[in-house]
Amino acid sequence: MKRLLSFAICLVMLGGTWGGASAALAQGQRRGQGREAQPQGGETLIRNATILTVSHGTLAASDLLIRNGKIVAVGQNLKAAANARVIDATGKFVLPGIIDAHSHTMMDGSVNECTQSVTSMARTQDILNPTAINIYRELAGGVTSALLLHGSCNSIGGQSTTVKFKYGRPAAEFIFPGAPPGIKFALGENPKRTNFTQQPGQQRYPATRMGVEETIRGAFTRARDYKRGWDEFRAATARGDKNVLPPRRDLTLEPLVEVLEGKRYVHSHSYTADEIVMLINLADEFGFKVRTFQHVLEGYKVAGELARHGAMASTFADFWSYKVEAYDAIPYNSAIMTRHGVVTSVNSDSDERARRLNIDAAKMMRYGGLTEEEALRLVTLNPAMQLGVDSRVGSIDVGKDADLAIWTAHPLSVYSRVETTFIDGDIFFDRTQDLAHRTQLEQERKTLEQADANKAPAAGATPPATPRPPRRAYTDDDDVQDEGNNQR
Amino acid sequence: MRNTLRTNRATALLAAVALACLFSGFARSASAQNIASPSVQTMSTAPGTYVIRNARIVTVSGPDIENGMLVISNGRITGVGANAAVPAGATEIDARGLSVFPGMIDAETNMGLNEIGAVGATVDTNELGDMNPNVAAIWAVNPHSAHVDVTRVAGVTSVVTMPQGGIISGQAAVLNLNGTTPREMSIVPFAAMVIDFPRVGGGGGFAAFVAAQQGITPEALTTRDRRVEEMRKLMRDAEAYGRAQDAYTRDPKAVPRPDVNLQFAALVPYVRGERPVMLRADRERDIRAAVRFAEEMKLKTIIVGGSEAGRAAAFLKEHNVPVVLDSVLNLPLREDDAYDEMYANAAKLQAAGVRFCISTGDSGAHVRDLPFHAGMAASFGLPREEALKSVTLYPAQIMGLSDQMGSIEQGKLANLVITDGDILEPRTNIRYLFIGGRQIPLVSRHTILNDQFKDRK
Repeated sequence: MKRLLSFAICLVMLGGTWGGASAALAQGQRRGQGREAQPQGGETLIRNATILTVSHGTLAASDLLIRNGKIVAVGQNLKAAANARVIDATGKFVLPGIIDAHSHTMMDGSVNECTQSVTSMARTQDILNPTAINIYRELAGGVTSALLLHGSCNSIGGQSTTVKFKYGRPAAEFIFPGAPPGIKFALGENPKRTNFTQQPGQQRYPATRMGVEETIRGAFTRARDYKRGWDEFRAATARGDKNVLPPRRDLTLEPLVEVLEGKRYVHSHSYTADEIVMLINLADEFGFKVRTFQHVLEGYKVAGELARHGAMASTFADFWSYKVEAYDAIPYNSAIMTRHGVVTSVNSDSDERARRLNIDAAKMMRYGGLTEEEALRLVTLNPAMQLGVDSRVGSIDVGKDADLAIWTAHPLSVYSRVETTFIDGDIFFDRTQDLAHRTQLEQERKTLEQADANKAPAAGATPPATPRPPRRAYTDDDDVQDEGNNQR
Repeated sequence: MRNTLRTNRATALLAAVALACLFSGFARSASAQNIASPSVQTMSTAPGTYVIRNARIVTVSGPDIENGMLVISNGRITGVGANAAVPAGATEIDARGLSVFPGMIDAETNMGLNEIGAVGATVDTNELGDMNPNVAAIWAVNPHSAHVDVTRVAGVTSVVTMPQGGIISGQAAVLNLNGTTPREMSIVPFAAMVIDFPRVGGGGGFAAFVAAQQGITPEALTTRDRRVEEMRKLMRDAEAYGRAQDAYTRDPKAVPRPDVNLQFAALVPYVRGERPVMLRADRERDIRAAVRFAEEMKLKTIIVGGSEAGRAAAFLKEHNVPVVLDSVLNLPLREDDAYDEMYANAAKLQAAGVRFCISTGDSGAHVRDLPFHAGMAASFGLPREEALKSVTLYPAQIMGLSDQMGSIEQGKLANLVITDGDILEPRTNIRYLFIGGRQIPLVSRHTILNDQFKDRK
């Protein structure tokens, strides 16, 4: 009875659009009527804010003009169209939307296709749940984009997806247009299954870091041969040779060929210095670049090697000690890698922690003395570079997408809070609106409680079906627990 | 946070199953890395005599003192104010531009009992069986845990560390984060009895989810009631045992000597209300049930967890029960909860006049995040000065130790943190640290590894 009710409330709530400034409502825009949020379009003028551009310093008492989803002007005394939405941000701060370079938010079901050691054919974009409530909670923490990664249970995992958190819109609208494709690799305890219960008969190669290296080497050896086959076929066809057959398509090797051709980014889960250097050497040998090392908790020991390879690094601010390979993790990691010239980001790998990446960034000033702008870049411009979308997002610059948030105080302060979050100029979170919506939700809850469907079934009647369980929120601990495998 | 604790329980279970695998992981670590902390222990030296000048002194219990003086001797704060008598030979610290805060206190951790969550060999939190009142954290705390140094250099100087699991998990200790033995760290070795109050649907994790989906079945209620009844019976027996022992002590000739029962003996001071009982309860119905049970048993109650304490605020106020809130940074429990339900919980308790403090509920490694839990509560309605109290004075009061710690007052333990800014702000740097009147070097496993590698090209 109660469970049906709460499910019904969820449906209603998810259908409603929580974004939308009061100003927009005042203009009579219809909001929150259907499952899909209406694009708001038009112009928005944010007035008199402290603007943290991240790319070129802090602008005091400045205006920011948004038109057709883009930042079209930043400066003093900007004028907007008569029907523009005008937001007085006196005393408030504008920060580019936070980008989480390691997320599993909105991925429905297990994030791990764990049955083989190479699952490059599996695609995270096939399991996006646009109604996952944690998207909204992260928007309320100023997050606008994320890299959705396959899990870390195998050496070469599935393909990643870069999204904008357009909560309330269909899944297809979440896909970041033009973002380069990526793939997850994983090294160390997770692919060798150190911390996981495996039923007899379910053991899977590899079981050592040696085997992890060999697995990746084997896959790229096959991919190189496969690529050669296609190259030879194309060359023969170009010569006019009509008597050649194309190689048989291989959906596992195709993404790896894209890696070899520099068309697909490798994002590799990693912890210890040895395995980081191993993958760098292997990539150098096969002639590809590792785009990012993820977690990379011992990156500080081999920051020089990372910089010379040209890899970027996406790490935790200060999460450590949950497993052996995280015992040498130190919060100075971000600063040391940054000082060595490695483009570094701080990520969440957690639906919870993603809501406060601004605080994680601030800690990096304490640990290693990053400047304010360097700290802010860890969660904005740097992850944008890592995802290959820095021409579109990651800083407040004219011509970039209007993905940004208005904060009540400096976002590196623990006392700051997000007021409004924009993606492509549309509002996807607004605190004033959220508070106003709560009364309405309370009303809906009351109405639903009275509804026939929620009345207790008569004696002997079939009880209502249990709704499909939602996926548990992903947390850091899942990196140890490997969500999805121990749970079901 | 609660999630971490829950997961650790699962981890411990996992560890037992996959012992062989884990052992190989541990062996790797033991050979390749130094599991013991490169700890800088200073208990062997006597507490020093210090005078701190020109500081902004945030007393917490009273108004701030600008350009104040603070004197430390014999482990205590012996002078504080605009001026104070300075003993001969005191070490001078010029704290111009700096602020002095009382050391922060985390009232719910597993500090020293869980080094690496995934490695069972390093986890000593969960004893077998449901009723373990005679198990005590103080016997097993590792003073050389790397978590100790990492935590104190972040300004948290004292913790409550506790066992977990079962129904009666065992006894918690209050520790200062300095010492070579658990006893040297100890402020109160047997500080509280920790009880995971039986709830409908049992423990956390996936089992709790399944239970929630199945609703409150009569079977689930019966199971909960049976567990509560078991606990009630054990406590009643302990009361009787205490009376029998007293009778024997009064008149050993006339009264037969009762057998010693360690389980009962451990419970006696708690069932008599002489020491606090920390009852874990998160859901509103469980909080209410736990408080009613505690009143029936006349326990000195502290609710731990309190995810839905905000919804029971009036009830908690009416019953004058304090809450150790460990869920500020947890995700809301239900999909349809407000996004800031957990952030705003502390403000609701404060507004209702409920006694509370904020805790990480962490196993150890992330206890240093304590100020940011309080800071987040402050950005969602808790006044800033209340946020500071919630990690200093309030935990001390709730643990019955406000005569010893939690604020800067003459006579209290010299647990002090000197910073260049607001202690709740992540950008703030800590400049000096005193625990029990000893100056503690700002060195930890993390600073040592930083020094070792930061300049490697």
